[in-house]
Amino acid sequence: MKQVSTRPKSLKPNIFHYCPGCGHSIIHRLVAEVIDELDIRERTIGVPPAGCAVLAYNYLDVDMGEAPHGRALAVATGLKRVLKDHVVFTYQGDGDIAAIGTAETIHAANRGEKLTAIFVNNGVYGMTGGQMAPTTLEGMGSTTTPGGRVAARDGSPLDLTQMLAVAKGSVYLERVAVNSPKNIKKTKKAIKKAFQVQLDGLGFALVEVLSPCPTNWRMSAPASWEWIDTTMSKIFPLGVIKDETGYADRPGDES
Amino acid sequence: MSDTGAKRLMRGSHVLGEAAVLAGCRYYFGYPITPQNEVPEYMSGRLPEVGGTFVQAESELASINMVIGASMAGARVMTSSSSPGISLKQEGISYLAGLELPAVIGNMIRGGPGLGNIAPAQSDYFQATRGGGHGDYRCIVLAPASCQELCDMTVKAFDLADKYRNPVMILGDGMIGQMMEPVVFPQPLDPASLPPKDWTITGAKGRPARAIISLLLDPKVMENLNFKLVRKYDAISQHEVDWETYLTEDARLVVVAFGTAARIAKGAIKRVRDMGLKVGLLRPKTLWPFPMRPLEQMSRVVRHLLCFEMSAGQMVEDVRLAVNGQADVHFYGRPGGVVPTPEEVAHQISHYYYQAHLDQAGPDKGPGGGGRS
Amino acid sequence: MAKGKINIDRERCKGCQLCISVCPKKRIAVCQGLNEKGYYPAEYSEGQGKEACTGCALCALVCPDVAIEVYRE
Repeated sequence: MKQVSTRPKSLKPNIFHYCPGCGHSIIHRLVAEVIDELDIRERTIGVPPAGCAVLAYNYLDVDMGEAPHGRALAVATGLKRVLKDHVVFTYQGDGDIAAIGTAETIHAANRGEKLTAIFVNNGVYGMTGGQMAPTTLEGMGSTTTPGGRVAARDGSPLDLTQMLAVAKGSVYLERVAVNSPKNIKKTKKAIKKAFQVQLDGLGFALVEVLSPCPTNWRMSAPASWEWIDTTMSKIFPLGVIKDETGYADRPGDES
Repeated sequence: MSDTGAKRLMRGSHVLGEAAVLAGCRYYFGYPITPQNEVPEYMSGRLPEVGGTFVQAESELASINMVIGASMAGARVMTSSSSPGISLKQEGISYLAGLELPAVIGNMIRGGPGLGNIAPAQSDYFQATRGGGHGDYRCIVLAPASCQELCDMTVKAFDLADKYRNPVMILGDGMIGQMMEPVVFPQPLDPASLPPKDWTITGAKGRPARAIISLLLDPKVMENLNFKLVRKYDAISQHEVDWETYLTEDARLVVVAFGTAARIAKGAIKRVRDMGLKVGLLRPKTLWPFPMRPLEQMSRVVRHLLCFEMSAGQMVEDVRLAVNGQADVHFYGRPGGVVPTPEEVAHQISHYYYQAHLDQAGPDKGPGGGGRS
Repeated sequence: MAKGKINIDRERCKGCQLCISVCPKKRIAVCQGLNEKGYYPAEYSEGQGKEACTGCALCALVCPDVAIEVYRE
């Protein structure tokens, strides 16, 4: 028998500190697989968020540079403007990219910065203990919305990725999820495409990944997968939001 | 294109930009705010001429973070702003210090607090020298008093930033930013000739991956970083202090002032010297590290110091710390963007001088004033 | 049909049970004993009466902790 699944080279063997069933663990692995497949490890620099994935440099075996909370796309802009032929990506949560970092996100997209942004949307602020995120659903509980989010008091969930489509500099925006084998494969394909956009110098690319947080959602991991299907993806529908890449989908891209 | 070696008549804000380019800076990220709008404007045209990159960011906050990124990649990089914009940069400056990243930040101070006004002031001294952002760190702070000094200090700022892997602030004000003076610029430095940096994140080729981080969750590890920074700051304090004295040899009262205030004070001192008052000036050129020892030594022979600032009184606290009770420290200040005249300052100097009977011979009057006990 | 088997790293597994939820042959179950971290990890059984593992690798695809090695003929 031969081994048919292996740890990607760009993923360090450290045990993840993430919770059981956390989407970060899956998404980190997919990013590492994509970096391996595109053979860009030696010229890739990542910018992690403030959030559960602040320690992403313990797992992704590429150069990484810390950014203040929300500022990853501005730090990434500085890196990419100096290292023009390198690959610079950010890996951010919903607070980092759509609350405190909103201006930096919109303007990086607007300037058409040749960056790849991975937006991990789990509808909650995990690391700080489960407070409301801009993407928390109405009725969804959090530690700062006891009784559930109420639009009149807390605003409605924010679809930042839709807003980015208006910016001419954004070239590829897709929302995917890691809540089934089929969706995990689609997520990897989207991440790979978002890196390819940068390699081809086309402009700003962002992949939003609906990601389970079983701990703060107070569900088992399999139940959190179902919740994404039945509830979360109704507010944040999966699919391509913008695609001006001109890439034709080739058969066999489902790897 | 500058004609190095010859004198060029140039506005301070432009001098800051040109000196940075000649020092090998190829990246500028900034945002407009009066009275330094001319800096981003100048860089937007000048940097493309040398193959550099200019980005007008969406805010001062965004631009300091772009500086962080460019510095991580090993580049000489600058941003500039004025008071309220520098407040926005404080988080980023703390990160620069904690990440041990070189960068140069120009501040043309304006009246404050709050939105304030666009007139020159010196009321960001605390913000500049006391960290400004969170945590145990220091910014090296240089205080030019002329356009030539602005040029020389800008070049020095990039060298200090690289040498110590620390942010360096050039503390000017609206006056220095707007006035035009002749400047002799240095020979241009090719950034490619600078020694390579062995700590940057430019892709893990032929070496293990690196992470430039300031998150150190174990307090003992964080403490070690803090002590490392303390040792760095001690070294800077030993080697990089700079100051100037003017007519202090026989002075019975010494004015302490920096930047534009020092120029006004010099004019005032010339006037009172004509009237026979023995007054001098000590001008700090580095505000951090502050010339503690020179002031302490001066206060052994000069028993009256008059700290003059264009603020409600910030540097005066450092003057009092330095003299440690050995001299009387008086203060005169005009905050809010008011620029006093040399006549007004001369009036204040003579007021303190006569109040302390410094015109009379006698013990303890300082050099020329009789014997010391 | 191909023949396969898997190896679950007991100490990496956090007992999230996602692999159990996707295995088409129902060959993975929750272990009765705790691992060192205090999780009830998943375990693979070669036991009788169950359909054979085909090495489809869906378990490894969904495992967040890269705790599963998959082998196939």
